Amino acid sequence: MTDETTSRSPAVAPAGFARKYRGLSDRAVAWLFIGPSIFLLLAINIFPLIWTIRLSLTNYRANRTNADVDWVGLRNYERILTDPDIWNSMQATAHFLIWTLVLQVLIGFGLAYLINKKFKGNDLWTTIIVLPMMLSPAVVGNFWTFLYQPQIGLFNYVVAFLSGVDPSSFSMIGDVNLAPWAIVIVDTWMWTPFVMLICLAGLRSIPDSIYEAAECDRASRWRQFWTITVPMTLPFLMLAVLFRGIENFKMFDLVVQLTGGGPGSITELTSINLKREAFEKWRTGYASAYAVILFVTVFGLASIYVKALNKVKER
Amino acid sequence: MKSIGLASVAAASLAVAFSGSAKAEDLTLCWASWDPANALVELSKDFEAESGHSMSFEFVPWPNFADRMLNELNSGGKLCDLMIGDSQWIGGSAENGHYVKLNDFFDAEGIKMDDFIDATVTGYSEWPKNTPNYWALPAFGDVVGWTYRKDWFERPELQAEFKEKYGRDLGVPATFAELKDITEFFQEREIDGNTVYGASIYTERGSEGITMGAMDVLYSFGFKYENPEKAYDMEGFVNGPGAVAGLEYYKELYECCTPPGSSNGYMSEGIDAFKSGQVALQMNFAFTWPGFESDANVGNGKTGYFVNPAGPDGEQFAQLGGQGISVVSYSDKQDAALEYIKWFAQPDVQAKWWEMGGFSCLKAVTLAPDFPQSQPYAQTFLDSMAIVKDFWAEPSYATLLQDTQKRFHDYVVAGNGTAQEALDGLVRDWTETFEDDGKL
Repeated sequence: MTDETTSRSPAVAPAGFARKYRGLSDRAVAWLFIGPSIFLLLAINIFPLIWTIRLSLTNYRANRTNADVDWVGLRNYERILTDPDIWNSMQATAHFLIWTLVLQVLIGFGLAYLINKKFKGNDLWTTIIVLPMMLSPAVVGNFWTFLYQPQIGLFNYVVAFLSGVDPSSFSMIGDVNLAPWAIVIVDTWMWTPFVMLICLAGLRSIPDSIYEAAECDRASRWRQFWTITVPMTLPFLMLAVLFRGIENFKMFDLVVQLTGGGPGSITELTSINLKREAFEKWRTGYASAYAVILFVTVFGLASIYVKALNKVKER
Repeated sequence: MKSIGLASVAAASLAVAFSGSAKAEDLTLCWASWDPANALVELSKDFEAESGHSMSFEFVPWPNFADRMLNELNSGGKLCDLMIGDSQWIGGSAENGHYVKLNDFFDAEGIKMDDFIDATVTGYSEWPKNTPNYWALPAFGDVVGWTYRKDWFERPELQAEFKEKYGRDLGVPATFAELKDITEFFQEREIDGNTVYGASIYTERGSEGITMGAMDVLYSFGFKYENPEKAYDMEGFVNGPGAVAGLEYYKELYECCTPPGSSNGYMSEGIDAFKSGQVALQMNFAFTWPGFESDANVGNGKTGYFVNPAGPDGEQFAQLGGQGISVVSYSDKQDAALEYIKWFAQPDVQAKWWEMGGFSCLKAVTLAPDFPQSQPYAQTFLDSMAIVKDFWAEPSYATLLQDTQKRFHDYVVAGNGTAQEALDGLVRDWTETFEDDGKL
């Protein structure tokens, strides 16, 4: 056996390679493996971040390469933080983020709980429910504009059927009071299945023996739900909230297709606002400062959240 | 035999040497994706046959056209050899060196700007404006005008009802006040078993829609971009009483007389609304008109055309659209691109361009005696082109445009604040931009 292994060695590692790297320490080998990854990380993440911070301190405009670039210090940051339009955009994002998370967690968990039960057609229903998240956001945005159409839209007709109001009397994406809810509804429709799948994984990871032990202790269904199901799926739920929270903080395509940020600026989320500043108004320095502020916000919130998630897991 | 062979080789070499400047190139022309672009593809086949060059085309849908093409120009991209860019790009493209200056070429080839409609030369070619510095050849004249359902207007029962209600005949409106009466008359009216609405107007938020539509009205109500006596002095001109009245009118028109769900509509939504028989009137650029003539629902004489009506004081202007064709300075095939412009400027090519649905800007075509009768909309196009005004063409036009989009949509569609507040805010936004540019 020993002979066989020895005789195979040269075939596994070419002689030249072995000679060249013979005597490398573990640390050197480790660097050899992670070096390319670190290089790529620096090149495509860290360098652009540092460059963005640098640009944020200037009045640079990417559409005027011939113009002088002046150092403006923290002026861009000051302008952003005192701009009421930016705060309106933050509010719109917060409204969208909070409501989509609340609805997706509640509905997603509910669906997962139901799908977790054994019943005929379980697999078929699971497939049907996850269909929306397989579609392109641009396609979803586009066809929901038709569903929301006051004269021919199915959504308006369903609401009219249930409430008795005239279907053409309200416009989901043209009314300042309804448009923020219109985008929440579509995102919830599309991404609740994702939350459901994560919750389903959590529910299926709970051993049956725990429920059997609870049955022996004569714990009620309600008590089993609150003391076994919820705590044991909580880390999964929190993970789903983290994923959806980060995704929805940078939401762009779906909302652009649906409302274009309107009516007015009521659904102009920060990512849409940032894109307009950067690539329509071409205020590159200003947009860089805006991006840095958003990055710090997301990074800070995500860090706090991940710490909380780890604590929940440790319990 | 050998000498014949040598002579043949020598002749071929000479031929190649002399044709060095006419080397066959593959030119790429960039434009928006719309009907006129398809017509240009057909027209350009003549150029390919005559010149030996081949043509490729890069067409981008209107909502993404500016984003895509300005990115291309700003990054010094070589994708486009020829660019039919929007009129507002001329300032930035000239100052940032994206376009080749064409004065020497025009002089050498005998192309005279006086041969083109004056407004198109100013709008599409000149930078700075009203100076003889040319960066493009006027390629496609366009202007915002109106279409109406002539067949509905001619119905005796509607004519009688309208006359009884408004005391005048149902016909093409001469003023915006009359236009509003007509739209109110048709709003939610039953025609042939369908509910129809007054008008389709521009309300799009994302690119330039609501600005083009509202400005089309505001000009005739007294809006001016700046003090004619002092550049960039906007107070009282952008937000004067006339401009405020104009913006209030546009909001009233949106609220009273457009189909439900018209909160984000631009050119294509207008075309759909008109062709489907949803509206009696439609605001849209002239490029859409040939499509109505050939449409099964609204063609065959059912559609009429009229110039933007006059405002309360009789002033009458219209929003300029259209584009000039430029040579991109980053192109490696500038000689061949200039050949294309030389070919395109010829009167017979321009005449064919008009026949194919392209709106020629050459006076030899538009001032020909038979031009007004050449198409049902020809006279309206000519009359509209005589009263055009255009948005800022400054290098910062995109910032100025986005600020306008936001202010107008916030007031007209979202119903936030007053027209005075919207226009006061616009003056503040524009002032800040011009201050950043060092122009104030």
